[in-house]
Amino acid sequence: MRALKYTIAIIVENKPRVLMRIANLFSRRGFNIDSLVVGATDNLDYSRMTISVDGDEIVLEQVTKQLNKLINVIRVSKLDPDVSVERELAIIKVNAKMESRNEIMQIVSVFRAKVIDVSPNSIIVEVTGSENKVEAMVRLLRQFGIKEMARTGKVSMARGSRVMKV
Amino acid sequence: MSKMSGSEAILECLKREGVDTMFGLPGGVLLPLYDAIYDSDIRHILVRHEQAAAHAADGYARATGRVGVCLATSGPGATNLVTGIATAYMDSAPIVAMTGQVTTELLGRDAFQEADITGITIPVTKHSYLARNASDLPRMFREAFYIARTGRPGPVLIDLPRDVTVNELEFEYPEIDLPGYNPVKKVHKLQIRKAAQAIMGAERPVIYVGGGVKYSDAHEELFELATKANAPVTTTLMGIGCFPEDHPLSLGMLGMHGTKYANYAIQESDLIVAVGARFDDRVTGKIASFAPSAKIVHIDVDPAEIGKNVRVDIPVVGDAKVTLKELAGELSPKPWANWNEKITNWKEGYPLGCAKPDSGPTIKPQFVMEKIYELCPDAVIVTEVGQNQMWAAQFFTHKYPRRFISSGGLGTMGYGFPAAIGAKMGRPDLEVFDIAGDGSFQMNIQELATAVLNDIPVKVIIFNNGVLGMVRQWQTLFYNERYSNTTLDKVPDFVKVAEAYGALGLRATKPSEVEPVLKEAIQSDKPTVVDMVISPDEKVSPMVPAGASLSEILELEG
Repeated sequence: MRALKYTIAIIVENKPRVLMRIANLFSRRGFNIDSLVVGATDNLDYSRMTISVDGDEIVLEQVTKQLNKLINVIRVSKLDPDVSVERELAIIKVNAKMESRNEIMQIVSVFRAKVIDVSPNSIIVEVTGSENKVEAMVRLLRQFGIKEMARTGKVSMARGSRVMKV
Repeated sequence: MSKMSGSEAILECLKREGVDTMFGLPGGVLLPLYDAIYDSDIRHILVRHEQAAAHAADGYARATGRVGVCLATSGPGATNLVTGIATAYMDSAPIVAMTGQVTTELLGRDAFQEADITGITIPVTKHSYLARNASDLPRMFREAFYIARTGRPGPVLIDLPRDVTVNELEFEYPEIDLPGYNPVKKVHKLQIRKAAQAIMGAERPVIYVGGGVKYSDAHEELFELATKANAPVTTTLMGIGCFPEDHPLSLGMLGMHGTKYANYAIQESDLIVAVGARFDDRVTGKIASFAPSAKIVHIDVDPAEIGKNVRVDIPVVGDAKVTLKELAGELSPKPWANWNEKITNWKEGYPLGCAKPDSGPTIKPQFVMEKIYELCPDAVIVTEVGQNQMWAAQFFTHKYPRRFISSGGLGTMGYGFPAAIGAKMGRPDLEVFDIAGDGSFQMNIQELATAVLNDIPVKVIIFNNGVLGMVRQWQTLFYNERYSNTTLDKVPDFVKVAEAYGALGLRATKPSEVEPVLKEAIQSDKPTVVDMVISPDEKVSPMVPAGASLSEILELEG
């Protein structure tokens, strides 16, 4: 069986220790978390988590079943990358001396990224897109010297009319 | 609606949940709750160590089918419960554990006797609560009891900061509203039909029964299914008693110390119907060579168990009682077949070892278990962990559900005696034995005080070999008889210990003394400790070595 990255979306109750319960489940059962994002939903009582997991389909099946056993977990959905949209945001503080600034601006423009802060020696770039796009941008900026970087991790949603709601 | 304190509300909740008995030990932050308990009708059994409170609640739950309740103070009181909670979790026993906690204002500041018990117990509870307001209490208690006893049962913890037990609330018992918790109620008809077809088509079926059948009270449905299909039945340690072992279809227990014929039947079967069992490593042996030619039907109320350890051909998610009933309804009776004859021959050819007559120089534990059955066939048998546990499983003829109580999953030494106290509180009408070893019994020996002072006449049979017998058995077999730290040297004198606590202490050192001593113990209306002196070389047999296939089951000399 192929070892792959899978994306799971979870709707959880906004209750204390929910994140701890989920993180504990992953570590105890030996499931690797690649990225984990928590954020609000349109209902204040619930949050949505997007978790990227390493493993094969058997692991994914167990993860899903074990998550469903948690009382605070309302919905669990496996997101097939072929039929879902995925986005990640990164902000990157990169060295930008006068001589390299133009080249950086060109990369920013090609990636449809944005410059959100400028100072004499550095700028902060904001990029949004798939994990691959963000990775590519980071690779290109590395030559100028990345001083600091913050990434949100991936959020994901099924395409089309399929809806995951409480 | 009426106004009351948090502590009064807690007792009102317990009353509404039908709680008549609880086990606990007070402490600083629990003073308000214990003050309310002083006026309550609920019987509170004061233990000598909190671990025992959790085990007693667990034993009570397993013996009665009701939710067991225990209570401990914050910090060390709460952490002392953890082994008991983990024990209940591994064996799916329904308990509600209440813990005291420092006031909400002090939470998170490393206050005196503060422990993050909800955090500590996340991996070993079905769910847990930290009450922050007195008004949360009715909902939390209602949910806790509901979660503990429904679906796959398990322990639920409620952490109670001191101020929450003091503050006032308007008491209202709410309806259950848990959108994320939907224990399976209906069974998939198509899966039932597929399972029925598989059973009808099988030539060598085996029904493999775990604790799920006990917890859903499905023994009658199991009996109907097995006898209708003439399918042999083997049980796990947790499933013992769900099918009468004196029935021709019974194979007894399977696995590491199961019967040879149960293990042979599994290995040769063409269909395994697993019900409320989880293919634990002690049951399957080497998983790759487990039941090589069998299709597997797996019936379980917990979908996560299906496909966790073995590949399953026909998964059936459902409660054992409902599922077995529907499944039996789909079957037409099957005749006694060659397979049944083959198994009968195995049973005659490979009987469970060496129950020797009451002569010879030393007492055989196997013989003692057979004697206890002869004198007291209806008894509840609670066990410690190790050799005593296996002899109790093997040599008492178990015929009734909820009358064999043992820590299977976690394998907790020290479980048996407090669990026996809990079982006796739940079933005062039955004789309750704790089958113990000298090692295990010493892990909660202090509960003699609890048994004596509360007049709970459990009978402790200590197979006293002066060693940690099961570990020593492995040292004999796999570590060249290098007995590293397994010798206990027959200290203390258990008769004197029993007497010091005000219990009856008895001793048998030779086979001829077994029957009279057992009779005296059974007639005693006091908690009784029987020091049954056996040889340190006594072994549990047969045995599948760890990691070996069930086919490689060995007969051991002992």
